[in-house]
Amino acid sequence: MVGIFQSWNIALSIFNLCLISAVMTMGANIQWGYAGLINFGIMGYTALGGLAAVLISVDPVQEAWRAGGFDILMALWLIVVMVLVIRFILKRFEKSKIRTYTIAAIIISGILLIRFSAEPGIEAIEAVDPAKTGFLGGFGLPIVFSWIVGALFAGGLAFIVGKVALGLRADYLAIATLLISEIVIAIIKHEDWLTRGVKNVIGLKRPAPYEVDLQTTDWFINLVEKFNSGKLSVIENLADRQAALNQLVIEGSSVFVKLCYSGLFLVVVIILLILTQKALYSPWGRMMRAIRDNEEAANAMGKNVVKQHLLIFILGSAIVGIAGAMLVTQDGLFTPGSYRPMRYTFLIWVMVIVGGSGNNFGAILGGFVVWFLWIEAAPISLFLINFFTAGIPETNALKAHLIESVPYFRFLLMGLGLLFIMRYRPKGILPEKIEIK
Amino acid sequence: MDFVNAIILLLNYIFIPALTYGSQLALGAIFVTLIYGILRFANFATGDMMSFGTMATILFTWYFQSLGVSLGVLPTALLAIPFGIIFMILYMLLIDKFVFKYYRHQKSPPVQFAMVSIGVMFVTQAVVRIIIGPADRRFFDGEKFIIKAREFKEMTGLNEGLALKSTQVITIFVTIVLVSLLFWFLNRTKTGKSMKAYSDNEDLALLSGIDPKKIVLVTWVIAGILATIGGALYGLDKSFKPFTYFNNMLPIFAAAIVGGIGNPFGAFLGGYVIAFSEILLTYAYKKFFMYVLPASMEPEGLVQLLSTDYKFAVSFSILVIVLLYRPSGIFKGKVL
Repeated sequence: MVGIFQSWNIALSIFNLCLISAVMTMGANIQWGYAGLINFGIMGYTALGGLAAVLISVDPVQEAWRAGGFDILMALWLIVVMVLVIRFILKRFEKSKIRTYTIAAIIISGILLIRFSAEPGIEAIEAVDPAKTGFLGGFGLPIVFSWIVGALFAGGLAFIVGKVALGLRADYLAIATLLISEIVIAIIKHEDWLTRGVKNVIGLKRPAPYEVDLQTTDWFINLVEKFNSGKLSVIENLADRQAALNQLVIEGSSVFVKLCYSGLFLVVVIILLILTQKALYSPWGRMMRAIRDNEEAANAMGKNVVKQHLLIFILGSAIVGIAGAMLVTQDGLFTPGSYRPMRYTFLIWVMVIVGGSGNNFGAILGGFVVWFLWIEAAPISLFLINFFTAGIPETNALKAHLIESVPYFRFLLMGLGLLFIMRYRPKGILPEKIEIK
Repeated sequence: MDFVNAIILLLNYIFIPALTYGSQLALGAIFVTLIYGILRFANFATGDMMSFGTMATILFTWYFQSLGVSLGVLPTALLAIPFGIIFMILYMLLIDKFVFKYYRHQKSPPVQFAMVSIGVMFVTQAVVRIIIGPADRRFFDGEKFIIKAREFKEMTGLNEGLALKSTQVITIFVTIVLVSLLFWFLNRTKTGKSMKAYSDNEDLALLSGIDPKKIVLVTWVIAGILATIGGALYGLDKSFKPFTYFNNMLPIFAAAIVGGIGNPFGAFLGGYVIAFSEILLTYAYKKFFMYVLPASMEPEGLVQLLSTDYKFAVSFSILVIVLLYRPSGIFKGKVL
């Protein structure tokens, strides 16, 4: 529809983001719909996925490694040693006040030690050509690998968060995860040696061809010519025809690149959909629902509630991590400053609730519908305002003000949508359906 | 003399700003805690409700300014706050009637309330941005400083200046008055006591003839007062921008939980705990040590425990630690 009204290019980019949103929503849906765990930290996992894309695909900055690599590795070692020592103490000694204070002392002194030992290294790295690099770079591998690594990163974070926070009651879990994701973002934003921070990383590698290359490739030009042969044959003048073809090739190349992305993302969505559907109807899925609906009963039946909660928390977050890596892949740039809870946590939750929690198709539908509305809310509301104020002259202050604030109607639309769904269809558009065979 | 200089330095850069910021957080935290204790849900629309109240105050401030009414040295906004409060309370009651009431009657679980409050958050955000726009706005007028840094230096002959902004004094003064009134109300009056009873045990309170409608109404009225004043004071001291208000929700939550959620006094202190730790941990102590230590021992670096970028992260880390070791908060709120 947008393809007809605006352009195929825009339609495809919305479609790609719809697919990515669908993946994120599936991750959140696994946690909330299957297990009833509320995770407001989606933003953090998305950002970690993005970080993975950067670390995997960017070429290593040799100079920076020489300048400060050793210090960074030392600091990593110190962290590992610190964690091991704490684990050892936790295992060997009985729980007591002295133990707690010792651990606190180790952590504080460890942080100070790491800070002072890594400081010169970090400064050296950030001083290496700060306009272009100033960070360690990555491994220079194809960016598609990062989708898996992003899942691992996010899963690792989810393991830590889950260990810390899963014991909390639902709404506290929400607040705690939200705050932890803010901490993650703060770290990504300000540890320049790792991520370049707010200086952003641009020009990441792509799994799809570049538009510029396509425009000079013969088979692509022939393809475009074939597709538009009807339109081209109308034009008589040879020079005009060539110009029209060039224009079409330029348009076609960006559409083609977007289609490549769509294909890759579709594959991911379909694989995830098959896996999650299988999981939902497996004995494991049954157990998760049992735990969600009655924790005590499931516990009494001998199910390890804590362990299963942790597992599903990690799985869901890992899927969100994949989506984060996909997002950076399609944008080709990593901008830590753009991770905001509104866009990456609350909007995803609107998708989950609107689509239907506990239903994977509902999650995908929610991702598509909500993202589409989020993008198209401004044009739609502009149209409506113009329609209803058609009788009022352009100079009217109220009308001008309304037209100026058109971008903010998307918040109104989302909020009202969420409230209406919660009120009149609390299970979402596609409610959870469990067939008992 | 160096020692006095060091004290003044700390006063100027740590103590007074932290006290001001803490007061602003404390008001928000009491708002969160009251809603949590009595209406029993975590209100994710906190920050945006505060921005709504501030927006109403700003609109009235502009109106008064256009009429030429002013308070002389004091900011005109102080005159506008009562009107802002009325609008805030009306807005909250409207939302309660159309949104929260239904779920209260359904006895929905707190998670559902939290989700609904996210819907309210979206709507409020839209309303604020449509009415006043997302831009950064300053609405402070009147005398800016009570003591200027240079005057102070001349007055005392010290090296360090002590600047005292009038907004800081107003914030601290208003907070003290408001919070004392609130505690008097909660602990001494019949309505306040019945609110506490309702918060402790709803069924028992209903049995003893407490009217739940009245309790909910009074809660929203108090919440409206706190939200508007807290928001307006923050806006006066810094500036009004809807996005920062949304972000402020997080340290406010942290303050409420650290103080023990459901416990207004805990929330009050929690605000200061968060504010002081944020500022203490991210302040560069170099100058302080230069005054206190002999010249030979002067530190080389900035002597900063964490860079200021991590300001927010500090409060969240405190929250995580508190949740781990003392989930009911420092001052015993509800056990989670």
